[in-house]
Formats: sequence, C-alpha cells, structure tokens
Amino acid sequence: MRTLGALVAAGVALAGVPLLELPAFYESFFYLVFFWTVLATSWNILSGYSGYFSFGHGAFFGTGMYTTATLTMKAGMPFLWTLPVCAGIAALFGVAIGAVVFRAGRLRGELFALLTLAVSYVLATVILNTPIDGGPGVSLAAVAIPRLAATPPSTFYLLALAAAIVTLAVAYQVQYSPLGRGLFAIHDDEDVAEVLGVPTYRYKLAALAISCALAGVAGGIHALFVSYVTVGETFSIVVPLSVVLMSVLGGTRHWLGPAIGAALITALLYAFTASDYAVAGRAAVGLILIVVILFMPQGVLGQLLRWTARPQPKPGSGLEFTHRHAAVQDLAPLLSASGVSKAFAGVQALAGVDLVVRRGEILGLVGPNGSGKSTLINVVSGHYRADSGRVVFAGSEIERLSAHRIARLGIARTYQIPRPFAHLSVLENVTLPAMFGHAALARAEAEREAMRWLEYTGLASKALALPGELNLHQRKFLELARALAARPQLLLLDEVLSGLTPSEIDGAIALVRDICAQGASIVFVEHVMRAVMQLADRIVVLSYGRVIAEGSPAEVMGRPAVVEAYLGKAHA
Amino acid sequence: MPSLALLAQSLASGIFIGALYGLLGLGLSLAWGLLGQINLAHFALAFLGAYLTYQLGTAGLDPLATLAIVLPAFFVFGAALHWLFARFAVSAFNSLLVTFGLTVIIEAAIQWIWSADFRRLESHYADIRYRVGTLYIPLPELLTLALAVALSLALWAALRYTDFGKALRASAEDASMAQAFGVNAKALALLLSGISAALAGVAGLCIALSYTLAPSQIYAWVGVVFAVVMLGGLGSALGPLIAGIVIGVSEALTMAFTAPSWAPLVSFSLLIALLLLRPEKI
Repeated sequence: MRTLGALVAAGVALAGVPLLELPAFYESFFYLVFFWTVLATSWNILSGYSGYFSFGHGAFFGTGMYTTATLTMKAGMPFLWTLPVCAGIAALFGVAIGAVVFRAGRLRGELFALLTLAVSYVLATVILNTPIDGGPGVSLAAVAIPRLAATPPSTFYLLALAAAIVTLAVAYQVQYSPLGRGLFAIHDDEDVAEVLGVPTYRYKLAALAISCALAGVAGGIHALFVSYVTVGETFSIVVPLSVVLMSVLGGTRHWLGPAIGAALITALLYAFTASDYAVAGRAAVGLILIVVILFMPQGVLGQLLRWTARPQPKPGSGLEFTHRHAAVQDLAPLLSASGVSKAFAGVQALAGVDLVVRRGEILGLVGPNGSGKSTLINVVSGHYRADSGRVVFAGSEIERLSAHRIARLGIARTYQIPRPFAHLSVLENVTLPAMFGHAALARAEAEREAMRWLEYTGLASKALALPGELNLHQRKFLELARALAARPQLLLLDEVLSGLTPSEIDGAIALVRDICAQGASIVFVEHVMRAVMQLADRIVVLSYGRVIAEGSPAEVMGRPAVVEAYLGKAHA
Repeated sequence: MPSLALLAQSLASGIFIGALYGLLGLGLSLAWGLLGQINLAHFALAFLGAYLTYQLGTAGLDPLATLAIVLPAFFVFGAALHWLFARFAVSAFNSLLVTFGLTVIIEAAIQWIWSADFRRLESHYADIRYRVGTLYIPLPELLTLALAVALSLALWAALRYTDFGKALRASAEDASMAQAFGVNAKALALLLSGISAALAGVAGLCIALSYTLAPSQIYAWVGVVFAVVMLGGLGSALGPLIAGIVIGVSEALTMAFTAPSWAPLVSFSLLIALLLLRPEKI
C-alpha cells in the first residue's frame, strides 16, 4: 500500500510540471518516457512475469492506434472516449489469440515470440488492405485535442503520465497478487505450477488481457500524438524489439524494471538525437543491450536488488503442529480408479488399471521400470488425461478435470527428480501451494504455513535461499514440503527416496509415517524395497500397465511370481 | 484472372525470391538448430556483405571476386560471435537479444559509412538477362538460385555423409555425450558458426546484385525468413530452400491474383498454422 501511495504522490507531483511552463521540448521528452514506460511495463506483465516472451506487442499497440484513428475520423467519436474502447478491443484481440495459442500445446520461448510476431504481420497486412487504412495512412489532424491543460504538449504529457501511473500501479498490484505469484511460477515450471494448483491457462489469459489493454491505451494516445498513423510505422519490428530491450535492460522480474529501462533508453536516444550523433546513439543502445545481457542478465534493477543486502531469515515460529488426528484407517475409499487406460504413440502405458486408496493408509506402488507407475501418478494428478476409465476422489469424478482443479480438491504430488521453481526462494516455493492448493490460504497465512513445513523438513535455515543452493537431499525435502504445504488429503510420492543415503532414508521413512499420522493418505512409488516393506500398509504391483498383485507387503512379496518376474534380485 | 504468361513470370520470380529466402535462411537455420544460436544479426551481416560488395564493386572489382574478401572476414566474425556466446553461456533466447543489439550496431555503422540513402551496385551482371519462351530471366536472380541450390545441397551432403556432419549432429543432440565419444564439439561449433556467417556474405552478394540497398531494408525480410526457417525445420540444410521456394511462389501467386500488399498474409498464416498445429515438428 505504501508503494501505491508513493506512486500516486509521484503522479500528482509530476502533474504539476506543466504549471512550470517549461519549453515544450521537455514535455515531449517526458511524454516519450511515459509512453515507453506504459508499453514496456505492459509487455512485462505478460512476458517478464510469466516468461512468455511476446514479439507481438506492436499488434496490440497498433490495435489501439487504429481504433482511435477509426473512431475519431470515421465515427466522429471524441478522442477521450476512444481510449476505453482501445483498451477493450486490444484486450479482446489478445484474449482471442491467447485462447487459441495457449491451448495449442506448449509454445514457449522463441516459438511463442515468433508466433506473436507473425500475428502482428498478419494484422498489419489486413489493416493495410482494408478500409481501416487502405494504404496511405490515416491523418488525425482534424481531431480536436482535449483541453486538459493550456497547450497540446501539456495535454499529451498529462495523458501519458496518467497512463504510466495507472500501468505501474497495475504492474505492482499484479506482481504481489496471487496472479503474480502464479505467473512467476509459470515462468519457472508451468507443469509444476499447474499441479500445485495454479490455474495456468486462466492466468496466462488474464495477464495477456491486462497487457493488451494497457498497450491499447498507449496506442490510442500515441495515435493522436503523432497525428498521422501508418501501417509501416505502427507495425515495424522496432516497437516490439524496443519494448523487450527496455524491459530486459531494466529487469523483467520487478514491476519497476521496465520503467527504468524505458527512461534510460529514451534519455539516451534523446540526448544523441539532440546532438549530431543520432546514429552513434543508436549504436550505443545496441552496445548497452549486449553488455547488459552478458554481464547482468537480471537487468539494472535486478542487479541493484541483488547488491542491496538480502534480508535475514525470519525467526521460526516454533514447531507447533496440530496433529489433526491419529492414524485412523477406515475402509472408505478416498480415491478409486477403475479401468484407467493411457497410451502414448503405440505404447500402452496403462491398460485398464483398477486401484483403491483408503483413507489414512499408506499404499506402496511397485513394479519394474516402465510398468506404468509414474503414468498412473500423472493421470491421477491431472498431468495426463486418461484415454478411458474413471477416477473418483473424495466423491467427485476427476478424470476430466485439469491439474489445478485436482490440486484444489486435495491431491498433491512430488516429482522423482525435484522440480523447484528456480527463480523463487525456498520459502516462496512452499508458499505457492499453500495459496493455490487445497488449503487455499491468504498470502500472509500461507507464508506462515510454509515456514512451518520448512521447519518440519529441516529446511528453515534455507528459507531465503534459491533452490540452486540446495543439495539433492534438501531438494527432495523441498519437494516434500511443497506438497505438504497444500495440506493434501492424498499425497502422491514419486520415488522420494531414490538417491538418498541409508541414514537419510531412515529419516525420510519416519517423516512419511508422521505425515500419515497427521491424517493424509499416501501413495508412494518406490524402488527401495526396505522402505516399501517398512512403510506400506498395502502394496499394489503394476506390470505392463496392469495390476498383477495387491495385498499386504509380506504376503505379496512372498508370491513367487512377483519376486521372480518383477523384483528380480532385489529381494534376494 | 491474369494471363498465362504473367502467371509463368510470377511463378519464376517467386522461385527466385524464394531462393534468396532460402539462402538467408540456411545459415540462420543451421546456427539455430545445431548451435542453439538465434542470430538476428544474420540479416544485418548479409546487408553489410551487400554494402561491401557494392563498395568493392564500385571500386572496380568484379562482384563475384569480392567474395574472396568477404567470406574469410565473415567466417572469422561468425566464429568470434560463437566464442562470445560460449564464453558467457548465452541461452538461445538471450542470443536473440544480443544479436539484436549487434544488428542495431551494424545498422548504425552502415548508415554512418554509406548514409541512409539508397545505393545500387552498377555491374555488368545486371544487364544480362535470358529469354526463355515468354519469360525473362535476369542473370543475378539465376545466380542466386544456383548458389542457393548448390550450397544447400553441399551442406546437406556434408551433414549427412561426412564425419564432420555426423559429429556436428551428434553434438547438437547432446554436446557432453558427443564430447565423451571424442568429438571436439567446441571446434565444430566455431567452424559451423563461421560457415553460417559466411553464408550471410554469399546472401549479401546476391542482394547487392539484385536489389537497391538501404540500411532500413535489414528488417524487411526478418519475418518472412524466420517463417522459412521454421517451416523448413531447424537445423535442416535443404528445408530452408524448399520452404523458401514454397513461400516465394505462394507470395508471387498472391500478388498476381490480388494486390502485392496482400503477400505477407500467406507466409505468416502458413507459419501460424504450422506453429499451432504441428509444434512438435519444429
């Protein structure tokens, strides 16, 4: 709230600048700074936060430009009225594209960038060849400039200032809202974000809509500022590239980063344009971009934030857990799968699996490599959709739900190879599922919850470290803490013990027991047979995508067929 | 409905412009697919090559002979670029940003030296044109096609049949594994990056022979050549040429049947469809 207040205060103070009656030159310069701030910041809300780098920002900005041009010139609408329309149309356009693109597989990185670039070329071609433009461009010279201030330059200054303040406020709000948390998680690992309960598709669409709406407004204002709109200028590749450059230069992981980049670049270009060395100025911008990417890939602001001291870990709130209830095994099924099948390009990974998990039990899922254990976990957690069969969890059918809905219902999982969000601190990694998972806590509450689980798993001292600083054992426990923070009813553990030393395994076994004692049911996939025998109330043996045996560990492991065919020498 | 002669002529011009797309795309595709280097500066480099050809050609050198100077220089530049990327462990996406910075610098340098005015190489090649039936075929365009086909085929064969090519494809798939089997991945990468930049020099020659030069033209083909590279398949040597000709011809036909300004719609719609429907093919 303090930051927002400061932002508004800065806006009010800057709004007084026209009263100083400076030469119009200053107002035009600041107009450009604010204009690029809006464009770069709006780009960053989608691309910087979520990692979906768009090169199509010119299209959204251009939508705004041509909306204003068309409405003022052809429909005679007053200029100011066109701005909300710009926001609306650009957002609609963005959502329409996003609805197609975000559904069609995972188009990340350079492919998404290219796709959005292609979209803006297509839009440019359509506008060029239809009456919207028709070729020669649209002149807005006849449009009345609203009299917000004494002179037109002051008016543009105020309009751009207002847009910049609103955009920065939105960027700030988004960064610290659940939306922002979700977007940063998507940036690092989209699958994991979804499994932890982040509605990834909706969040990406929301970010895109916000980003487009703001760019549309910037376009609307800029149309009147330049007063002559052409396809060549509007949709040139320079617009998206500049926006990317400014954001990367300033820092894409902070709401204020793009604004800093925009101010630096605009000032630099302006300084050189004013002199006789405009060409040298452009070369300098190119050189700066190269140096920044190579030496401070986090941007100017990112680097500054790194240099300022990192805050000390908060004192732990003490080990005080509420033992929810002791292990009561009732026989009511928590999860039941029937006839679940899944094939990949000819390989039948699951061929009609029937499985029941009872409340409060620890179920061991074993079988040779490739028997379908991980696939089953992926189907139950919603990462894969089953080809056929039913999965019922706590009374609701879940086989058609997306992964984040399943997470909300109370299923959490870990990955065999830990997949932490690399750019989020250990604490933030664990806070995320507490906010988005079954517990659905508010942020402050979620952070306390996360801290509790970090203490539980012995990671409290690492709370503010990045996952890259952890060793394998700690990363495995981070994975576990993240699953636990969602307060799941059912916990799916995919080989949490692999790669651990015998003494670490003993610690982990005790931990899993304790988790179960607190009321969660557990399915665990494991190759460490000692742990399976010690932990499991019941085991299910999979082979070639079918259940071939189930029962108590000792009994099933005693069956000659199981020993011989699927455990080989492990039991010998 | 355009006449048959006009149709044939636009088909031919589509093939020729497609060959240039393919030639520009070849170096880009190999560097991207095999080295993970998205080199936006490839376009600036091609235009730098074109300007050098223009400068040397205006000084009296035969345009083809300028390659003797341009190719080694560009080869060294390309190798140096990759050394830089390897030294700083630049990711694919960041390589795009770094080479954008490079593009801006080269563009500024071109404008500094040759000004923003249009420049046109006057050479005796431009006056030669062959007549085949009703078709006019200018020599520079024919040369572009011949170079594009020859270089694509040569690189395709080199990648497929030589030890160099096999080692390169292996290290593109898994560099550390290839190194474990004795492949000198670093040297290969430098070599390929150099070749890729030299290919930009060849494309530059073709541009100088057929087109009027201006610094802002650097950005004119970025979109369509990226589309060609994607359609052709990353790291493929023949793909860019085939995709380039497909796009060139479809653009030419669009121009013949509608207005020239509709042409970009075809290539970019193709690219969008490909990305949405077959992303795994890229």
